[in-house]
Amino acid sequence: MRELDVKEITCALREMAISINHELSPDMCELLNNSDKKEESPLGKQILGQLKENMQIAKDEMIPICQDTGMAVVFAEIGQDVHLVGGNIEDAINEGIRQGYVDGFLRKSVVADPIQRVNTKDNTPAVIHYSIVAGDKVKLTLSPKGFGSENMSKVYMLKPAQGIEGVKEAVLTAVKEAGPNACPPIVVGVGIGGTFEKCAILAKKALTRNALSHNEIPYVKELEIELLEKINNLGIGPAGLGGRITALAVNVETYPTHIAGLPVGINICCHVNRHITREL
Amino acid sequence: MDIKLNTPLTREDTSKLTAGDYVYLSGTIYTARDAAHARMNETLDKGESLPVDWKNNIVYYLGPTPARPGKVIGSAGPTTASRMDKYAPRLLDMGLIGMIGKGKRTQEVLDAVVRNGGVYFAAVGGAGALLSKCIKKAEVVAYDDLGTEAIRKLTVENLPVIVVADSKGNNLYETATEKYKK
Repeated sequence: MRELDVKEITCALREMAISINHELSPDMCELLNNSDKKEESPLGKQILGQLKENMQIAKDEMIPICQDTGMAVVFAEIGQDVHLVGGNIEDAINEGIRQGYVDGFLRKSVVADPIQRVNTKDNTPAVIHYSIVAGDKVKLTLSPKGFGSENMSKVYMLKPAQGIEGVKEAVLTAVKEAGPNACPPIVVGVGIGGTFEKCAILAKKALTRNALSHNEIPYVKELEIELLEKINNLGIGPAGLGGRITALAVNVETYPTHIAGLPVGINICCHVNRHITREL
Repeated sequence: MDIKLNTPLTREDTSKLTAGDYVYLSGTIYTARDAAHARMNETLDKGESLPVDWKNNIVYYLGPTPARPGKVIGSAGPTTASRMDKYAPRLLDMGLIGMIGKGKRTQEVLDAVVRNGGVYFAAVGGAGALLSKCIKKAEVVAYDDLGTEAIRKLTVENLPVIVVADSKGNNLYETATEKYKK
């Protein structure tokens, strides 16, 4: 059985946290860099230009792209043939986040208790989603999630009879309600099916998918394309100040569900949709 | 219209602003966000005085990233203003003249803007690196224990903001979207 020291996990997450807060993944850079071509609003064009300039400054001068460097969401896919040694994996993940946020001059945005609200001062703990998969590798995906857009996210428990039209209506309602608050242009992660919590996790996972890709299931791909068009017809535009470019991508993931249900999770992310994956 | 303004603003300055104007602000402004507002509200409830005199001043809803060594400040874009809606009318009635944030406000806040001849500006959300270049000085003036949420006095030069809600009751978020709706 392959042995992997959890220190490697700490080390990787430290670097990933610093890197992704200063430079977006290639898919997001491409979408943002091309976004102004289709914008009809002069103010919208100007704002998209500012966002492009902002990305360049962030990368060149090592200033985080956004001051909300997020709460760290980690998807850890652990190969069943890996033996983790050298400590506890949860501690190792949180140590990586701690080091990344402290050493990388990132913002500490986590409070220890949702009601008492005292800052933990190192941005831990992370929110961790583990899964056990085949193989002898560990795949880590880090998505530091900003809360301007997180706060506008929704879970709907639709009735099966509402079907795909119900899903579309739910997504458009959530995006309309989010309006300028979620820092458009946004990326929309949608999870359909599963249970109450499963659809929310699917929606989060959808945001970490390459934003230039489509779901492999034909009807889901069509849904992604149709939703993007409908969202961009809402008129919300860059920064919510009117325009054509309200969303850059819609990523949808599905899962089997119960005969009585149609859960839909809608996780909204601003244009600073940070996701980075590394395999150890 | 592009307008250059120096802070502190006067009510005459704000009376000339219209939703949609692009404004470059220079001078002193102050940061405060969730925790600082909650604390200021408690202070006022107790009948005590605030650490900042907001009269004719502008609040920037901001919690920056830490400054790297030798730098003035880290990334410094606006946070969602609606979380401060509970507190904003009280401060506006006490003389606060402007707010910089992003996102929708409640009718109570918009009414307080009109009542007091104030202004609500949006800065572009998620452009924190770019906006930080306009901040020439930053110093914590209150609530240091709140970390990123402390009240900071900023000296800004040509900080780009857009008038969203003006003293005449116009709201750009309402009107601009209609134009591009299909």
